[in-house]
Amino acid sequence: MSVGTPTVYRWELRKLRSQKRTYLGLGAAAFVPIAFAIALAVQRGAPNDVAFGKYLHSTGLALPLVLLLFGAVWMFPLITALVAGDIVAAEDHNGTLKTILTRSTEREQIFAAKLMAAATYAIAAIALSGVTAIAAGSAVSGMHALTSLSGTHISVARGLLLVALSLVVYSVPILAFTAIGVLLSTVFRNSAAAVVGTLMSSLLLQLLTIIPGLSGLTPYLLSTQFNAWQGLLRQPIDWAPIVRAVWVCALYAVPAVIAALLVFLRRDVDGG
Amino acid sequence: MSAETPVEVRGLVKRYDGLVAVDRVDLTVDPGDVFGYLGPNGAGKTTSLRMMLGLITPDEGTVRVFGRDPQASVDALEGVAGFVEAPRFYPYLNARTNLELCAALDGLGAGRREIDEVLDTVELRDRARDRVGGFSHGMRQRLGIAGALLRRPRLLVLDEPATGLDPGGMRDMRQLIRNLAATGMTVLLSSHLLAEVEELCNRVAIVRRGRVVYEGTLADLRATAGTRYRLRTTDDSRAQAVCQAQPGIESPTLTAGLGISFQAASERAVAELSMALTEAGALIIEMAATHASLEDLFFALTEGAAGEGAAGERATGGGPSTSDVAVAP
Ligand SMILES: Nc1ncnc2c1ncn2[C@@H]1O[C@H](COP(=O)(O)OP(=O)(O)OP(=O)(O)O)[C@@H](O)[C@H]1O
Ligand SMILES: [Mg+2]
Repeated sequence: MSVGTPTVYRWELRKLRSQKRTYLGLGAAAFVPIAFAIALAVQRGAPNDVAFGKYLHSTGLALPLVLLLFGAVWMFPLITALVAGDIVAAEDHNGTLKTILTRSTEREQIFAAKLMAAATYAIAAIALSGVTAIAAGSAVSGMHALTSLSGTHISVARGLLLVALSLVVYSVPILAFTAIGVLLSTVFRNSAAAVVGTLMSSLLLQLLTIIPGLSGLTPYLLSTQFNAWQGLLRQPIDWAPIVRAVWVCALYAVPAVIAALLVFLRRDVDGG
Repeated sequence: MSAETPVEVRGLVKRYDGLVAVDRVDLTVDPGDVFGYLGPNGAGKTTSLRMMLGLITPDEGTVRVFGRDPQASVDALEGVAGFVEAPRFYPYLNARTNLELCAALDGLGAGRREIDEVLDTVELRDRARDRVGGFSHGMRQRLGIAGALLRRPRLLVLDEPATGLDPGGMRDMRQLIRNLAATGMTVLLSSHLLAEVEELCNRVAIVRRGRVVYEGTLADLRATAGTRYRLRTTDDSRAQAVCQAQPGIESPTLTAGLGISFQAASERAVAELSMALTEAGALIIEMAATHASLEDLFFALTEGAAGEGAAGERATGGGPSTSDVAVAP
């Protein structure tokens, strides 16, 4: 008889709550939109060349959307990797795998709990970032109607809903990054290597898109899926990129999770 | 493979690229045993214990704890607790929270009272609110014991538990192990200290380079050594010749100034030797039995002929000696 996975998951969250790294990531997730809003308040200019950039001064709803565009390059992947890349490697670093694996907990339970904890954190970071961005944006620019990518009028209420949904859609590639982070954490058994490796995989995928012959791959790259939410801000809503994001991300995440699980189940726990 | 037998290991092998860390080890620990797993550094003690706890996979052989396979499921560790090498905890959590985590993963519902109890047992109650990151080696060692006791084990596996403790800590640790054994708990204890094993254990396995070279009681081991005799006479060189000719007298060696040392097949042979010496005119000044020390036997087993340099000499040169290491208090 072993313990329920929810118990293990609660303790994984408790561990995250007790580590500085978690607050570093969440702090960055909250700080960046605030810094963005402060910059908007002190100057009249705005990044007009990005989608929604020109609405930054007219409504607070634009700030979270612009943040999602900028954050895709490295901010959100980094915040995600910070915890996902550490979650198994930290146990190796502390030598604590032997401590938890000699209780009444199966390895697959520990793994599942860690995966869920890393995912929970990543989603919390995005949610925190989004909420902070809406608050900071509306503090600076007020809460007003938004203009969609198709040029149509979006009411405040519908705008809020679409921003929330955008955050949800944005979580999909973030969860794929979580899976990659956990895989590298399991394989490298070293937190720094796994964090850097996850980030590098994000940057390398984005580099691929600028190679001429490979442009056909673009729709299937993980980084591309960070733009899927924009489908929500068209009139009518374009679901195609969102649907594609789901299955493309699954193509990355599922093998990563399976590989990580197999490595974790079979590995010798001989450090520490 | 009985469900009553705490540990049953057969043909256990673990290789690390070319190096055979554990080499066809057979081991049986019976209920109530305080079993010593004794060997020098690198003999493969920790590696064996890791396999018994399901932390690493054997290349060959089987492990059964209470009849179950720890490789198959963590369920096999029901009733088993312990640690290999230094116990490790989350440095950013305090001692109590670490134990709460352990209890939660045990699913035994060990609550505040049980945690207080084990903290008291290892005398860490007053430090329970401190982060483990700031603990000394000895405190972590004691917390490791506390974590193990929280499982209310029937089998306690300890890997060199007294290593790195100060003399007082070592004494306390041994007292604790004795107390636990007195409650009927089976203990499997690895050590490279003969004295520790001799003091605590009723049975031992001595390992050398991954192989078990002796399994049994230390008393039996001592008996296998036979008895050596020390002899001084009025004419040692004549006495040496008599010894060499005398039936039942083995490997007499003459050391100038120290007399002769020999082994005898029986006490009768010794009595007959004394007659022969007298007849030959080498009158006995002193003839006394000496026992090989356990330490000598231990070195002979673990280093032996194939042992390295200086250590090997200690084993072969092991004449009569009384070493403090070998003397049980
Ligand atoms: N993960 C590993 N990778 C490579 N070799 C290993 C590994 N673990 C153990 N070994 C080797 O296996 C042998 C046995 O090691 P082990 O730790 O079991 O010895 P030990 O008897 O516990 O020694 P000590 O008294 O120093 O603790 C050593 O030669 C060691 O180098
Ligand atoms: Mg060891």
